[in-house]
Amino acid sequence: MEIFGIPSQALFGQLLIGLINGSFYALLSLGLAVIFGLLNIINFTHGAQYMLGAFVAYLGLSKLGLNYWVALVVTPVLVGATGVVIERTMLSRLYKLDHLYGLLLTFGLALIIQGLFRNEFGSSGMPYPVPEVFQGVFNLGFMFLPKYRAWVIVASVVVCFSTWYVIERTKLGAYLRAATENPSLVQAFGINVPRMITLTYGFGVGLAALAGVMAAPIYQVNPMMGVDIIIVVFAVVVIGGMGSIMGAILTGFGLGLVEGLTKVFYPEASNTVIFVIMAIVLLIKPAGLFGTQK
Amino acid sequence: MNRKLIAMAATLACAFTGAAQAQISDGIVKIGVLNDMSGVYSDITGQGSVTAAKMAVEDYLKASKSALKVEVVGADHQNKPDVGSNITRQWYDADKVDMVVDVPTSSVALAVSQISKEKGKIHVNTGGATSDLTGKSCNANTIHWLYDTYMLANGTGKAIVKNGGNTWFFLTADYAFGQALERDTEAVVVKNGGKVLGKVRTPFPTQDFSSFLLQAQASKAKIIGLANAGGDTTNSIKQAYEFGITKGGQNLAGLLVFLPDVHALGLEKAQGLLLTETFYWDLNDGTRAWSKRFAAANGGKYPSMNHAGVYASVIHYLKAVDAAKTDDGTKVTAQMKTLPTDDVLFGKGTIRQDGRKLHPAYLFEVKKPSESKGPYDYYKLMATIPADEAFRPLSESDCPLVKK
Repeated sequence: MEIFGIPSQALFGQLLIGLINGSFYALLSLGLAVIFGLLNIINFTHGAQYMLGAFVAYLGLSKLGLNYWVALVVTPVLVGATGVVIERTMLSRLYKLDHLYGLLLTFGLALIIQGLFRNEFGSSGMPYPVPEVFQGVFNLGFMFLPKYRAWVIVASVVVCFSTWYVIERTKLGAYLRAATENPSLVQAFGINVPRMITLTYGFGVGLAALAGVMAAPIYQVNPMMGVDIIIVVFAVVVIGGMGSIMGAILTGFGLGLVEGLTKVFYPEASNTVIFVIMAIVLLIKPAGLFGTQK
Repeated sequence: MNRKLIAMAATLACAFTGAAQAQISDGIVKIGVLNDMSGVYSDITGQGSVTAAKMAVEDYLKASKSALKVEVVGADHQNKPDVGSNITRQWYDADKVDMVVDVPTSSVALAVSQISKEKGKIHVNTGGATSDLTGKSCNANTIHWLYDTYMLANGTGKAIVKNGGNTWFFLTADYAFGQALERDTEAVVVKNGGKVLGKVRTPFPTQDFSSFLLQAQASKAKIIGLANAGGDTTNSIKQAYEFGITKGGQNLAGLLVFLPDVHALGLEKAQGLLLTETFYWDLNDGTRAWSKRFAAANGGKYPSMNHAGVYASVIHYLKAVDAAKTDDGTKVTAQMKTLPTDDVLFGKGTIRQDGRKLHPAYLFEVKKPSESKGPYDYYKLMATIPADEAFRPLSESDCPLVKK
């Protein structure tokens, strides 16, 4: 059977690969959406923090012999902690100012972090092996799916939906959402709002680092790995609707699929298609697909 | 007023110094190293090229006892033709740069070559790959030193087809370089009795090649030709390994792979890859001694073929400046073509009228992890392609400088 001249089996393979890339988009845009939704900060350091995640995993393995699973747990905590420091010492001074200041600060930080790492490690990147259990491929009949990539999809879906659940369906999430609507009122109820905001930023950054660890075995661990992806991820967040958690997740996976299809039908456009969609969505629905007009 | 006086005094002073000095514009030969200092090609070129150029100046002045005053500057063109053009114009017009060297990324190289011709300066390209630099876009102010797409195709492409790899699928970086490399390789494949089953143009740079690799897999071609470079190449090799493509019987042909790429991939993933370079640190005593010196000055990182090319070409350029007693770009270019080249890294060679530097090329195979003695011991020499066979013959050239 053929669909648009492409054998359907090949098409399934391509869709699956799109979904894997979508997993990374979803994880990263989720972190961005959480930070924007609750802190009103456009976190341009996100790409650098994703890269930091990969590097912490790489350094842990090569210097201390810590394996992938340890890295998966430890790295988000460590990188999240650096996020907490950044929020406490710098970002917290900017909440009352225009979005632009937060954007410029985080953008500058990203350039500094990436520059330092490039200076130290060069631009070719470092190898990171696929963990022992995930070596090899599943034979799906229509394609060979590397076991590691299958794990990436599963892990990403679980993390994304648990985050959504915590924020939208639990008491803690309700506090968070209330605190962003009206911080002084929530504070009056005896809740420590600044600390909650700090931890939220740390959590968002931790998500980026987690994506970085998961990306390390697939891509080279490279100081510039976050530069290109962060632009795409911003487009994903804009299309999904700034600050909408579910929007970020669904758009992340969805655009991964669209990009995957473009790579089959017109590969030259595969790195622009997301921005074309962004332009169209902004024209028709300026608040994004899942966003609400404030 | 004061400034004018000083300027006049300086001009007069110059007029009365030796004749040789007077021909060097503003008394200093200024070399600009223009390359990618921060992106995908910065390990292959980058700051290492500046280091190589400085070593060349030092070594030349010491060996020749030349009275030239030489200065080396560097800049980052970010792989963008517009950025590269602006820097080059600024260098030639305001900063008194006489020669621009290196310039990876073919699209930038073509732009810099054109500006050098306009301004009567000289561009010695070691970083770029497109064979158009000495083909239809050649000019009297450009020398192409190190390698080109024709040579890569001729080295790696021919060897693979001869060994039975006669059906190809190309993954091509979608810009001047990738397209030129694909075109030249396809010509070699077809000429040697092979067939091209398909190709896909990938945006530059790309992180995830899995989708393109699946298309290559579906084509059932024996060889997947990687007409890309730097991070694109390492990512595609890594992901081909991950998807079991190499285990499934298809082989990769890295059409432009540099030593730092192999270093970044690790031998586990890179082993068995065939590639062509014109320099490797472990060729002979001369290259080994120089490479050790270079590594000491470059934070322990061994030289790429580009670093060697910058070193050797700067030495030859300075020789030509001394011989021609001027730093006028057009005259020095002509002089560089007249003088035979001779250096520790590439041996004796010549530069043809189309600007093509001739030296042997080497077909290497990447060692198995068990065969390697340690970091940077990566290549096995499979064949040496003599200088007169490695590059496009003048009879096939479409360079307007070549009289037929």
